[in-house]
Amino acid sequence: MTARERIAGTVANYVDERTGAAKWAKKNLTKVFPDHWSFLLGEVALYSFIILLLSGTFLTFWFDPSQREVLYEGGYEPLEGLHMSAAYASTLHISFEVRGGLLMRQIHHWAALIFMAAIVVHLLRVYFTGAFRKPREFNWIIGVGLLTLGIVEGFLGYSLPDDLLSGTGIRIAEAIIQALPVVGTYIAFFAFGGAFPGEAFIPRIYTVHVLLLPGIFLALITAHLMLVWYQKHTQWPGPGRTEKNVVGYPLMPAYMAKAGGFFFIVFGVTAFLGAVASINPIWLYGPYNPGQISAGSQPDWYMGWLDGLVRMAPPLESHLFGHTISWNILIPGLIIPGILFTGMALYPFIESWITGDKREHHLLDRPRNVPNRTALGAMSLTFMLVALINGGNDIIATNFHLAINQVMWFSRISIILLPPIAFVVTKRICLSLQRADRELVLHGRETGRLLMLPHGEFVEVHEPISPELAWKLTAHEQAPALALEDFDARGVRRRGGFKNKIRKRISRANAEVIAKPTASDLKEIEHH
Amino acid sequence: MSNEIEAIKDPGLPAHVHRKTDTDPIAEKRAERQVAILFLISALGTLLFIYSYYFIADDVFIFLPVMGSSNAHQLFLGLGLAIALFFIGAAAIHWAKTLMPDEEVIAMRHTLRSEDEDRDAFVATVKERAGAAGLGRRSLIKRTMGLSLGLIGLSPLVLLRDLGPLPKDDLTKTSWTAGTRLVTDPGDRPIRPEDLEVGAVAQVLPEIRPDQKRTLNDIGKDAVLLIRIRPEEFQLSAERLSWTHEGIIAFSKICSHMGCAVALYEQSTKHLLCPCHQSTFDVPRAAKVIFGPAARPLPQLAITVDSEGYLVAQKPFTEPVGPSFWERSS
Repeated sequence: MTARERIAGTVANYVDERTGAAKWAKKNLTKVFPDHWSFLLGEVALYSFIILLLSGTFLTFWFDPSQREVLYEGGYEPLEGLHMSAAYASTLHISFEVRGGLLMRQIHHWAALIFMAAIVVHLLRVYFTGAFRKPREFNWIIGVGLLTLGIVEGFLGYSLPDDLLSGTGIRIAEAIIQALPVVGTYIAFFAFGGAFPGEAFIPRIYTVHVLLLPGIFLALITAHLMLVWYQKHTQWPGPGRTEKNVVGYPLMPAYMAKAGGFFFIVFGVTAFLGAVASINPIWLYGPYNPGQISAGSQPDWYMGWLDGLVRMAPPLESHLFGHTISWNILIPGLIIPGILFTGMALYPFIESWITGDKREHHLLDRPRNVPNRTALGAMSLTFMLVALINGGNDIIATNFHLAINQVMWFSRISIILLPPIAFVVTKRICLSLQRADRELVLHGRETGRLLMLPHGEFVEVHEPISPELAWKLTAHEQAPALALEDFDARGVRRRGGFKNKIRKRISRANAEVIAKPTASDLKEIEHH
Repeated sequence: MSNEIEAIKDPGLPAHVHRKTDTDPIAEKRAERQVAILFLISALGTLLFIYSYYFIADDVFIFLPVMGSSNAHQLFLGLGLAIALFFIGAAAIHWAKTLMPDEEVIAMRHTLRSEDEDRDAFVATVKERAGAAGLGRRSLIKRTMGLSLGLIGLSPLVLLRDLGPLPKDDLTKTSWTAGTRLVTDPGDRPIRPEDLEVGAVAQVLPEIRPDQKRTLNDIGKDAVLLIRIRPEEFQLSAERLSWTHEGIIAFSKICSHMGCAVALYEQSTKHLLCPCHQSTFDVPRAAKVIFGPAARPLPQLAITVDSEGYLVAQKPFTEPVGPSFWERSS
């Protein structure tokens, strides 16, 4: 036994006698993880979160979350001698005097943008492949929670420096709170410690940003990962992969090295962006003043869709019995986002209600094989994209020499018209892809080689595809529509007839597929 | 699907294909060297990071294509860090891909559902334990427990009461009163009508005594825009026309939609545009909303001149300024 082995053995013995960890570790060091690039998206989100914790902690050492007025006497000349909040002054200090401070600020901001982007793309992956199905509904809901909190956390984060741009964002948030019927004014006054902007809001959101929300994030992420670990990862269909097994690489060493290495890659790329790409240069905006604003005010991208919805809202306001209800704020700012996020959280249950499928699923769907779900996803994405585009309507109008009214009307019409079109088009594309898969399995790959037959006819040579590919293209299940009878066995009309009717309708649309080829079909072709 | 239709069969996991590094010792050695080089590059990155921290002055700027003039200290500090981190990752992944075992293995999934007997035992235990505690029987305890837990839930609400004052008239009152002089922002100079040419815009605030201090809260309510157009261009009611002075009209600068500063004035069309959500207000028609999500015109401030010829407010705003709220009556 070498000295190194002896030391390692002593340490391991010490830990195991107190925790019994060897039993657990023995099993889990060889835990199998399936490999696919799309499984890295959630990892990007996780790693950005760690980067956010590290860079954020660094920033707290100098940041002063106070709206107390100070006279700036720092190193940035254009703002010299101006009155500003201590929050803004300390952000300038971090940017110009603390070595590596600007780098860390930019890494923190870039990591936040990447964090949100990774969450969204990870969510799309999970949605389009059906990874949210039983038994993973809890994880889906946790994920929707993380996305929602991420938006709030990001907004609070970029509001902290108290610059002219972010102060305007807080002003808008305050107007949304104030628009709540009955309690709005009171909640706004409690949140801001009086009228806007006051001196209480930034210290308060600082606590929420650096303590409360990160704590909730840590708890939710831990639960999210523990569930992934315990339920084992989903896998793509393919040769040898079934609902009962998981095919991939053992945790130690290859998966560990890859996942660990990937953390450094993500951190490295974020550091590169922080080094070369300037982000949120608050010294150019100046300190916040409610009487001033800069043209082209834009929120960060994950808030852009919300801003876009608010921008395109029609000017509706009710004045009833001496009270005001601002529909132009409530509908785009609270009601539509509320419906969207609730619908998203409930989607696994809605789908299982439509399909009547209560079984466990560990094999992923190829999006084309579930046309309705894929089309619904494309429809929601289109809605969000139009909203996001409208969030930058002023920038678009300036850059493309359009009138702002034209861009706005384009968005107002598109947001109603384009999503249904996206649904229909996506569904057709999915069915066409299914047809192409069927052709490929039945008639093989087009080789591009032309043959002239003795009687002068030209034919293209088709090559049969591999049994592995044929299996991959046909491994999915094609469930028939739900058979829901309007009448029971005794001929009595069943209760909930209307609900049943809707369910039947959707289920029928859901079951619309191109029949997948079978071995029998193949044999029949061979006989010709 | 009927039984005679035969589905395409799963051919099973394909045979493992060995990598070049598994079979060729030269390729293996090469991969080993590559991993080592990647780790070395990372180490150089850290050295660059340390060098930049101490030895590159923070007033040196270099030109980068696309990015423009960049601060050398910050740039090389960041690049050093990026290289140090990225190449550790690259080395680890290259190592895993070329030299670590790459054979796919199959593990079986376990059923998540508990065995029936465990579930029955669980239900029995819960029933028995709950029964022993008398949860079902002792309704007096249950009700009083509900009451106490419900009441204690109120305590955080009580505790949070001191977060802020009640709104009272804070949203409806501004500092403008009859006779308050309009002063420039910035500068705090009173202005006369002649100071504004036709087509000009000025941001003004109410005059304060020298011993007073203007807070951001005040500016958030009091900011006013003065615009001068030719008097014959106004399309106003007689009352509103009497609120103007020689073609000068004053509006609250705080948007009636969500409270941003309405700062963009287009001279040729006489439109005021809010940069936040593009609500557009027509100045000659008392800031009527002609586009965008705002539902109300900007409140107009009645102005006139005092005995010394300076612009003053005739009276306070006649309606609350800024975004709508529940208690607002119109």
